[in-house]
Amino acid sequence: MKNIKYLLLRRATQIGLLILYFGANAYGWNILAGTFGSSLLFGFIPLADPYTTLQVLATGFVLGADVLLGALIITVFYMVVGGRAFCSWVCPINMVTDLANWLRRKLKLDKEEVNYRFLKRNTRYWIMVLGLIVSATVGVAAFEVLSPITIMQRGIIFGFGMGFAVVLAIFLFDLFGVKNGWCGHLCPLGAGYSLIGKASLIRVDHDHEACTNCMKCKIVCPENHVLHMVNKESIMVTDGECTNCGRCIDVCDDDALNFSIRSFAKKKIENN
Amino acid sequence: MANSNNKKTDRRKFFATTLQSVGLTALGGMLWSGYTHEVKASPLVLRPPGAIKEDDFLKACIKCGLCAEACQNRETNIDKETGLAKVGTLKMAKGGDHRLIGTPFFIPTEVPCYMCEDIPCVPVCPSGALDQLTVSNDKGELDINKASMGLAVVHKESCIAFWGIQCDACYRACPLLGEAITIEMHRNERTGKHTFMLPIVNDNACTGCGLCEIACVTEKPAIFVLPNEVSKGKAGDHYVKGWDKEDEKRIENAEAEETTTERSSQSSSDYLNSGDLY
Repeated sequence: MKNIKYLLLRRATQIGLLILYFGANAYGWNILAGTFGSSLLFGFIPLADPYTTLQVLATGFVLGADVLLGALIITVFYMVVGGRAFCSWVCPINMVTDLANWLRRKLKLDKEEVNYRFLKRNTRYWIMVLGLIVSATVGVAAFEVLSPITIMQRGIIFGFGMGFAVVLAIFLFDLFGVKNGWCGHLCPLGAGYSLIGKASLIRVDHDHEACTNCMKCKIVCPENHVLHMVNKESIMVTDGECTNCGRCIDVCDDDALNFSIRSFAKKKIENN
Repeated sequence: MANSNNKKTDRRKFFATTLQSVGLTALGGMLWSGYTHEVKASPLVLRPPGAIKEDDFLKACIKCGLCAEACQNRETNIDKETGLAKVGTLKMAKGGDHRLIGTPFFIPTEVPCYMCEDIPCVPVCPSGALDQLTVSNDKGELDINKASMGLAVVHKESCIAFWGIQCDACYRACPLLGEAITIEMHRNERTGKHTFMLPIVNDNACTGCGLCEIACVTEKPAIFVLPNEVSKGKAGDHYVKGWDKEDEKRIENAEAEETTTERSSQSSSDYLNSGDLY
């Protein structure tokens, strides 16, 4: 049971949230209504996605105060819990790409991996900026036109239509194309959350003394460059691209990885 | 020496990768802009009441679906037997709907807008894409009769009332009975003893709810709602109702404007007075 604890918790959170959103439309529940673009919690707390909000602002439209306040609430929330906690604990596409990634390992596709030189992990930041420029020039929130995240979420709430094709495309791309292709290279929403979570409080902590260098963590990690300290030094994973998914903690047999609260003071003492 | 060579290749590599990144970004930007520009062009879409001008609506809508959820779960839409919501008027565009994905719209022949007095879909909009002011009266109270989702248009060739057959289905279905659709009577010269009872839509009262469209008895409705941008013409400032004091105000601040064409730059031919007509 130990090695799927966080995985189960994440799935419960992801599916639970989707059920709440679904019920808001189907049964008129008043707990969490709307979609990730903009939601209403308990019927009065506005929530809004920061990147979606930025796109709408980029089109030149002066948004309602509800959305701006909602975006602020979400930004502050993820500044605390780790920006990309959205990606691994909330986003429904995570379930699709996790499945693709798991299948990749089972089918041993990684062994044959081609070096996609043109697709680097920082591509997502270019896309993020580009999305705002395109929004401004075309006059419509550009990423929202093709975002598999909200297409999948709306699909679950309101019906998929042809939208499932986008989700399937992401699955095939991650399975047969680039490893962690969507979430780890392209998604501008995740890129935005990486920036938001750069200084987040909740972080994974590595204990070099306990580590036996089995590298299981690096195999499951969707952003394994953030684990550069494994078996080297006892520091925290401070890279904003870490999704706080906890898979590394789950698979570690040596208790060398754990969630912890980032201490800014401790670091300074160590440096001295 | 080796060191300076390294520097040179480093610099070359830096320029090459920068150029590549910028180039690919430009390529992506063009493809993305082109795609987005194409998919947002759906001129025949009917938006919820209170929707601002389509161009601005596309900018503003954050695609949250709160309007559609409010529409579906309004009290009048709950099935009394099962306690569950029936299919609401507003749908969220999905892939294959040929409307900008994630934006709310409705199709009158499927479910028309029932023009709820409390307009549940509008106040919930967080972004301002649905503007409460456009569906409020002077006292600031919600008034659905102010809505202008579109305009009903009659195709007289397929409307059987224009054939002389008695039908007033659209007139009776209209929530603004006698205002948005009126019946005009004309003598039927063919029979000499009957009356044409023609449905006429009045632009300033019609809200575009679509109840007439779903009520129409012909195989394909002869009365249908089109978005305002498509269904309405514009006379322009050159024509003024001289008998209407209100309309005359439009030209109070008008400025003279002269256009010169190849033809008009020559002296105009005053052929009626010059006498060389024949």
